[in-house]
Amino acid sequence: MAWTRFGKKKDMPGGLWIKCENCGQMLFRKEFEQRFRVCSACGYHFTLPGRERVALTADPGTFEELYKNLVAEDRLGFVDRVPYAEKLKETGKKTGESDAMIVGTCTIKGLPVVLGVMNFSFMGGSMGMVVGEKVARAIELATARKLPVVLFCCSGGARMHEGPISLMQMAKTCGALARLNEAGGVSISVMTHPTTGGVTASFASVCDVLIAEPHALIGFAGPRVIATTIKKELPKGFQRAEFLLEKGQIDKIVPRASLRDEVARLVAYATGQDPVKAFKEPWETGVPVEVAAPAESEPAPAPKKKVRAKTAE
Amino acid sequence: MVPTGPPARLRVDPANLGPALSESTPAKTSDRLADGLAFERPLLELQQKIQELRKLAQTTHLDLQGEVQVLEERLRHQTQEVYAGLTPWERVNVARHADRPLTTDYVEKMLDDFVELHGDRLYGDDRAILTGLAAMRGVRFLLVGHRKGKTVKERLASNFGCAHPEGYRKAMQKMRLAEKLRIPIVTLINTPGAYPGIGAEERGQAGAIARNILDMFTLRVPVLAIVIGEGGSGGALGIGVGDRVGMLENAYSSVISPEGCAAILWKSGEKTPEAAEALNLTSKDLLRLGLVDAVIPEPLGGAHRDPATTVDNVRRQILAWLDELAPLPLDQLLEQRFWKFRRMGMPIEVEA
Repeated sequence: MAWTRFGKKKDMPGGLWIKCENCGQMLFRKEFEQRFRVCSACGYHFTLPGRERVALTADPGTFEELYKNLVAEDRLGFVDRVPYAEKLKETGKKTGESDAMIVGTCTIKGLPVVLGVMNFSFMGGSMGMVVGEKVARAIELATARKLPVVLFCCSGGARMHEGPISLMQMAKTCGALARLNEAGGVSISVMTHPTTGGVTASFASVCDVLIAEPHALIGFAGPRVIATTIKKELPKGFQRAEFLLEKGQIDKIVPRASLRDEVARLVAYATGQDPVKAFKEPWETGVPVEVAAPAESEPAPAPKKKVRAKTAE
Repeated sequence: MVPTGPPARLRVDPANLGPALSESTPAKTSDRLADGLAFERPLLELQQKIQELRKLAQTTHLDLQGEVQVLEERLRHQTQEVYAGLTPWERVNVARHADRPLTTDYVEKMLDDFVELHGDRLYGDDRAILTGLAAMRGVRFLLVGHRKGKTVKERLASNFGCAHPEGYRKAMQKMRLAEKLRIPIVTLINTPGAYPGIGAEERGQAGAIARNILDMFTLRVPVLAIVIGEGGSGGALGIGVGDRVGMLENAYSSVISPEGCAAILWKSGEKTPEAAEALNLTSKDLLRLGLVDAVIPEPLGGAHRDPATTVDNVRRQILAWLDELAPLPLDQLLEQRFWKFRRMGMPIEVEA
């Protein structure tokens, strides 16, 4: 019976083991989650839930979330199989998030940044008015505070349920980036699996530095759409991060385990810090870093780092 | 007074045409899908009858003026009725109509002079986007427009208006030229979407579109964008960031094609009309949502019935907007351009 099968499926997430989507290896769930959802056998990077991404990237205790009170409104009265308004409520309840974007300030290895993280579990990370607005605000905050903005992208594209409003979010986010550039600000985009459609065709692709996680699917059109359009089989590895690197479309591929280090290093370059020093601070080398949360969200970065280095010693 | 001479099928008594024409039982969804322009059929039939009658009058020297007038009045009335009641999906089909004026028609009929400029200086010359210097009624500007082509050969060469990255890069390269020449930019949008193909992805389709959207915010000349047919998502927006954005009455602008939306959300191609409705893609919808500044009226029965008037209406709108924007200081112009898009789709704020 259908419902029994559903029941079993529902129990699965709580299970001890998880099967790798890529190589089929059975992975011990706890260990898998501790490794930030990277398969220990083949190195496949699973999509990381937004909150886990924040935890992986920000210095512990430094993330201060902003614009949490922004919520979408169904201006079109969009109904497919369920009304959009209902879907929003339901997804909100299921995920505990208000939409597909988390924005805040934090430090990464002691360096203050504005951080934006897309959450794929909220309607496929699709960009509607809330995602567009939060991205724009994150960029504007970075412009105002002269901080680098780091955006982790993970999205199926624009949110169809908001029709042309979602389309215009592409313009909104790019407009904000144009002003950041004019003010001399720096933006870093990390494209994770998957980043497609209107998100790739807007802010994700025009940041100053473009990083991708290994094997992430990144593209404008989805592979299925392309295959049906050209009526041909797609080449192996098409639209994967490695493919984009080869074609000169991204700056580099960084595995999840070293992303935090690499982003911090880039931020150091971007903000006039010494990347060598920033990278070799003794308190940085240990994996589980216990860093005391700074009292303020943005004291001058340089002295704070010294203080921290001392405390770690 | 109908003479006995003409064959029965040409014997025209407008009263006799009544039932056949008013028989506008809505076609089944499947029928409409097969031919999205089914609503045009009675109009075309009527048009044909008028033509036949005129021919007959000419060949037989009969005075059929009265009959023709009655039929013309009926046609006008019926066209008005049909076009006022078009569903969004039917409008999409009007926007895609084979006889609808294309960018090349505007070049031919609207401009007094045009110098086409080719190539993106990087990879190639995408024929899906036409760029060149234009003069019209004493005003000079850069024209950028999607090209769809009329003949099969042209259509294939321009990929049915689906641009590759080199098309977007060519557009930006020419827009920078316009900036240097200090002439405004007018874009005519008519694309089902940017081309989804292997080469397009290899050369950075997403990045090219994103770069254009961003760079258009920095152009230090007035920019107008007008959707003349299809405004297909990112492919349209890639040349669509303007100080003023207009849309022809029967044009549409959507985040995804109704077919694509139906396939994804309804998992059924048959739901395309429903998807078109849900997507709020008509000019009226976009105006109501505050996403375009003006809807440019089309002649009765759509642009394809009267390209000359359509082109005139677009010309008038372009000249009016250029006039309006010319006195604005550039910094103010750019500030307004940014805020215009910045305000689109403001979410609501709730108490935490």
